[in-house]
Amino acid sequence: MHQFLQQIFSGLAAGSIYASLALALVMIYRATDLVNFAQGDMAMFSTYIAWTLVNAGTPFWAAFLITLVASFLGGMAIERIVIRPVENAPVLATVVVTIGLLLIFNSLAGWIFSYTLQEFPSPFPDRTLFGALMTTHDLGVIGVTLVMLVLLFAFFRFTATGLAMRAAAQNPDSARLCGISVGRMFAIGWGLAAVVGATAGIMVAPVLFLDPNMMGGVFLYAFTGALLGGITSPIGAVAGGLIVGVTENLVGTYLIASQLKLTVALVLIILVLVFRPNGLFGTPIVQRV
Amino acid sequence: MAPILELRRVKAFYGQSEVLHGIDMVIADGGMSVLLGANGAGKTTTLRAICGMVRSQGEILFASQRLAQRTTEAIAGLGIAHVPEGRGTFTGLTVEENLRLGGYTSARGSLANMQRMYAYFPILADRRRQQAGALSGGEQQMLAIARALMMDPRLLLLDEPSFGLAPRIVENIFTIIERIRREERVSVLLVEQNASLALELADQAYLLETGYVVMSGSPKTLADDPQIRRSYLGY
Amino acid sequence: MTVRKDLAWVFPEKLAVRSVAFGRGVRRWIGPLVLIVIAAALPFAISNYHVFELTLVMIYAIAVLGLNILTGYNGQISLGHGGFFAAGAYTAAILMHRYGVPYWATVPPAALICFALGVLFGLPALRFEGPYLALVTLAMAVATPQLLKYFDRWTGGQQGINLTKVQPPPGLGIDRDRWLYLIVLLVLLMAIRVASNLLNGRTGRAFVAIRDHPIAATAMGINAARYKTLAFGTSTLFTGIAGALSAIVISFVAPESFTLFLSLSFLVGSAVGGIATIGGAIVGGLFIEFVPNFASDISDAAPWAIYGLAMLLFIYTMPRGVVGTLGPWLARSAPENQLAAPKE
Repeated sequence: MHQFLQQIFSGLAAGSIYASLALALVMIYRATDLVNFAQGDMAMFSTYIAWTLVNAGTPFWAAFLITLVASFLGGMAIERIVIRPVENAPVLATVVVTIGLLLIFNSLAGWIFSYTLQEFPSPFPDRTLFGALMTTHDLGVIGVTLVMLVLLFAFFRFTATGLAMRAAAQNPDSARLCGISVGRMFAIGWGLAAVVGATAGIMVAPVLFLDPNMMGGVFLYAFTGALLGGITSPIGAVAGGLIVGVTENLVGTYLIASQLKLTVALVLIILVLVFRPNGLFGTPIVQRV
Repeated sequence: MAPILELRRVKAFYGQSEVLHGIDMVIADGGMSVLLGANGAGKTTTLRAICGMVRSQGEILFASQRLAQRTTEAIAGLGIAHVPEGRGTFTGLTVEENLRLGGYTSARGSLANMQRMYAYFPILADRRRQQAGALSGGEQQMLAIARALMMDPRLLLLDEPSFGLAPRIVENIFTIIERIRREERVSVLLVEQNASLALELADQAYLLETGYVVMSGSPKTLADDPQIRRSYLGY
Repeated sequence: MTVRKDLAWVFPEKLAVRSVAFGRGVRRWIGPLVLIVIAAALPFAISNYHVFELTLVMIYAIAVLGLNILTGYNGQISLGHGGFFAAGAYTAAILMHRYGVPYWATVPPAALICFALGVLFGLPALRFEGPYLALVTLAMAVATPQLLKYFDRWTGGQQGINLTKVQPPPGLGIDRDRWLYLIVLLVLLMAIRVASNLLNGRTGRAFVAIRDHPIAATAMGINAARYKTLAFGTSTLFTGIAGALSAIVISFVAPESFTLFLSLSFLVGSAVGGIATIGGAIVGGLFIEFVPNFASDISDAAPWAIYGLAMLLFIYTMPRGVVGTLGPWLARSAPENQLAAPKE
């Protein structure tokens, strides 16, 4: 029983990471109608920036904030420069562009920072809590994710820019008629998604160790979580990410420990999708006849 | 008094097809002009051309400023509010959020504006926290107009506000539009298929047929023309 | 406005409507025949290594052609075609290694098995659209190397299977690389012919109708489920054949050769060549084989970044792929004749 609870909690911590990245994916999907396959590697690159700052002596939380700002600007720049040209191109073109972006970030990271595994410091003291039920790091991850989610929710719900972004995502033509620059809203959306991704990367690096391929598995789980929740639903993204995290842990502990864990977890989740093809909270991708 | 809107030899294109073939139009400041014509005549396209939503050639002058090459959002910022075909409301957002979006560019306080809108359209006040998509057709039309007015526009473009609405509601809406025009001192360009109702309110009328202005003048001139009466007024 | 009829075999879909009007003159066959003769003679003019590279190009072209049928003509995205490629490769390898089946006899069983796999996969795939289908196929791509390692009794696990090298028939006086080149060329030509007939006929039109207007297609009586499953099976049949050929040519199969990256490469090749074209598959094959080498030449330290940049460049300048963009321009057919070009 104790082990079961342990697995649930560490699953929730892992799930928070997946939920964050899943949320970033959903934000971009809702705004610009595409899946950003490079989201994970963009987060990895941001994490390397944080790592560089920390190694140069910057205190952790300062490095964290600076990285978030840099990621925001980077995300906006990528939307303007890389994504804008294919916004109206066929779907496959956007898939290829984000895959290309993935390759570029991955390769650049390996070149600039080398492929050796690096240690990444955790800002949370190294202790276990509640009788070894969970680590402080896990609790910290869940906490940081919660704070971020609350801030995002407040931003979209209560600020004028947040409202404008929701409008631009729902109905770009009408948004323009209200004087909203839809292009700028998309750029901000990508910036915010990059911030969310960077947070996920920095939170997971102490556990997974930092290397250019760190976010590959995380991305896959996050993508799964986003779809499980429904690619159009932010709440679904969070719920989906958490469910995937817990499922992955339980499968790994009780079913099959080897590399096949990933396959089995995916299969289980896909089975859920067979019964709910639009995810748990998603709305069908409506096509006008 | 200088006209608020002038179109000179305006052509509009959907892809390679030319849909408007060089139309000329003048809207007086503070007046209401109506654009009549059958389906496919190019009425909606004209409004879209003004707002930079379709590719166009020719001169479009708003308060003596050239609109060509400007983005839709910039044109909106200049003081042109467009209520598009099909209302264009944000169905996933609440009534109040829709109004706040209208106030996005407005210099005046958003809150004060909203109170004025609720005064014009009391039904919206009752439903302010409801999702816009849940409103009836008439209510959505009112919301769309209110949202446009939140922009403190100098020119209001209305594309078929009567579409799909029961006659009594249409009358109600048109009464409000007329009241708004007088009290807010905003110029109105109205596109309508419902010719008789539109001609009652307008100062000036244009008749479009397959991308050409075939007739223009005072509503009385158009209403008295036997051809018009047969084709568009039904008697 | 002249129509380049001799290029009909490369972009048959662009000229499907016109060809009837212009008749079947000898002119239609001269172009393709010349190209085929050049292709057949080419290996004797270049080095062994280049012959090997071109053989791989053709194998990838067949694989990408399979993907084009599914994703281009039928609109079902697949990020997992590497898995079907692996299925074909391992079928051929196991048949040769364990059961001593001669190499040329392994291709039909590989084709059949991959067809069956495709249909089996296509049935549940009917429930998924867009990003959901992308995920399911992505999961397959990721699972493939893991499954290959897990069932090591059959697959040889991590080490893979080493095959004895194929020998050309003795009397012909031709060496191994060139013999295999010619065999693969023959299969490629057959694949193009079959694909062309399929895609220009009723089936192809049904595929496109389902892709562009699924509801209208069903309303017209097209059994969407049947055709979508058929598209899947046909697609994996082609890619499986390519996989089998790769096992024969390389004489080695191992899990690392069939990672997610292979699936992504097929997709990239497909997009760069032109997703709803037949000729684009060849361009795709060229891209997959040569651009990585080219990228390493430019930058030893970050070759995949160059590869990624190359991808971006191709897509920005030709969003519909090389053949998808240049094809209509070359054939100079009216926009209404672009039967197979996917809608935005």
